[in-house]
Amino acid sequence: MRLEDAIITTVSGRAVPILGDDIDTDRIVPARFLKEITFANMGNYLFYDLRFDETETPKAHPLNDPHYLGARIMIVGRNFGCGSSREHAPQAIKRFGIQAVIGESFAEIFAGNCKAIGLPVVSVSDGAHALIIDHITHHSEALLSLNLDTKTLQYGAETCHVELPEARRQAFISGTWESTALLRVNMPAVLEKAKQLPYVQGFAS
Amino acid sequence: MSSNTLYDHVWDLHKVATLPTGQDQIFIGLHLIHEVTTPQAFASLKERGVHVAFPHRTFATLDHIIPTLSQQRPYLDAQAEAMAVALESNLANTGIQFFDPASGRQGIVHVIGPELGVTQPGMTIACGDSHTSTHGAFGSLAFGIGTTEVGLVLETQTLALNRLKVRRVQVDGLLNPGVTPKDVVLAIIHHLGVKAGLGYAYEFAGTTFDTMSMEGRMTVCNMSIEGGARIGYVNPDQVTFDYLKGREYAPKGEAFDRAVAYWKSIASLPRATYDDIVRLEAKSIEPMVTWGINPGQSVGVSQSLPLPETMPDSDRQTANDAYAYMKFTPGSKIQGQAIDVVFIGSCTNSRISDLREAARILQKGKVAAGVQAIVVPGSQAVKRQAEAEGLDEIFKSAGAQWREAGCSMCLAMNPDKLIGDQICASTSNRNFMGRQGSPTGRTLLMSPAMAAAAALRGEITDVRELL
Repeated sequence: MRLEDAIITTVSGRAVPILGDDIDTDRIVPARFLKEITFANMGNYLFYDLRFDETETPKAHPLNDPHYLGARIMIVGRNFGCGSSREHAPQAIKRFGIQAVIGESFAEIFAGNCKAIGLPVVSVSDGAHALIIDHITHHSEALLSLNLDTKTLQYGAETCHVELPEARRQAFISGTWESTALLRVNMPAVLEKAKQLPYVQGFAS
Repeated sequence: MSSNTLYDHVWDLHKVATLPTGQDQIFIGLHLIHEVTTPQAFASLKERGVHVAFPHRTFATLDHIIPTLSQQRPYLDAQAEAMAVALESNLANTGIQFFDPASGRQGIVHVIGPELGVTQPGMTIACGDSHTSTHGAFGSLAFGIGTTEVGLVLETQTLALNRLKVRRVQVDGLLNPGVTPKDVVLAIIHHLGVKAGLGYAYEFAGTTFDTMSMEGRMTVCNMSIEGGARIGYVNPDQVTFDYLKGREYAPKGEAFDRAVAYWKSIASLPRATYDDIVRLEAKSIEPMVTWGINPGQSVGVSQSLPLPETMPDSDRQTANDAYAYMKFTPGSKIQGQAIDVVFIGSCTNSRISDLREAARILQKGKVAAGVQAIVVPGSQAVKRQAEAEGLDEIFKSAGAQWREAGCSMCLAMNPDKLIGDQICASTSNRNFMGRQGSPTGRTLLMSPAMAAAAALRGEITDVRELL
């Protein structure tokens, strides 16, 4: 991917609310779907056991609600993505068509995985979270606009502040969230570091 | 910001550069890999014609999908077989050591790393598995990563990381009889909550940990992630050094002495400062049991289940969701709750000391009628040791099933699964909805001794009645 194409500064679109705290990655993608050796189908498995019963009949869930069809932004609660490190979870969210996740807080490994695949996750205050949920519940057609340059989220006539670690913000707005190139540049220093670490040298002397 | 902690020392020693984004580029001293979170990473390297940068710093095993009734190939589950074939093919000609079943050293990645002496103090350790925090028991910075990051480590042996804050979790005093490291970590998570660790590494310190075995420390560090902390560690000491001495991959002879000097040098200093310190008393901890859908929703076995209306707003909704899912009644006792299945195993509690604890209880009787109990050793080496001690005979004569090594019913990626809304007394680490393979299955987390007691009585039992 060219650097210009990797730059992410704004995400605009309708938003779907996912209510509740401590939503773990087992809930986001149940483990049985991890037996596939590619991520290609993960979008189909997003929140699978909450969206479908044992006969694969859809259940009441925001992602099955026609009002939220085509949403590009997901609004979540606290400690979203806790538990297993499975990247299948953010892959499922992204491949479902979600381009940004906005919540009160995120599990560390999940947030790192989202950054690694170019899916911005940002946090908002408790108060703002309640107002956003209220807004999109009553106006499912509302367009939200997340701006990583100004660290703001616009919804209806309101604008609120969003937070994310500065290094992650820089990675999105500079198009360097895919960090292979950044890390490879320093390979001479990596080789040097390996020589300095006593255990890498087998505590030879 | 913390200073002079083990976290600071090891971070600084492994820092390669500050990246333009402001993140640090950190050298990964040990990379552990398994079949589930690596195929896409290898595919990406292959597609670009890139080789593994440091194959000798990478070790592989097969644990998540492996059946425990028989390890014979091909596996009956075609997807599991394909996953094993993919791992073998990805490792071929890379120079990466593969602890496959034929090697006699296969097992859960977080069990075999320590028992082979691959895991050592003062390392940075990454693995595509959140329970990598287990290895922090040795005084390493060990953490779970995703598959894209696995690819970065294979390609560059480094990661772009943000520095964490450090919280010292200090527990002092002796544990009461019947109280185990599993109870300690469940009590810590209950006390601090499942979100408190976000942005933190946990340093477990105090006399309770000083006198704890390495296997106990592994159980505690294993579940750091369940408290939200990506990293948990214990400073290395003589207990650590004695554990490592003589292990297959540990340094030998004079190199071992030089290793000990390095391992001592990275420990937290008395003048270390922390971003936060919390204290608990060991004597206040009793055998713990979870009742809900996250590992913080637990009670002491003698306690009643909490009333949602008495909880802060932030906990009430999750508690209501938990009661709806678990079909339990607020205010009722957890003791006496009937169970259907007992699972003794997982990277939390499948080591030899865990199996000895379980056997000590199970030898007092028989598994209750209608209860299925399975005991899954964490590795082939643990299995051999248990059999040498006759523990397998104790399990079998009590009516429990003795299986082959693997992750098994902790996450049910192999054939070991709950059915319908069965309730499982489990020594694993997660009681999430659907975690044990049935979308409506229910998990109660507890220690191996408590799980064994539940197996005998067919209901949640205070193990102290059986000591």
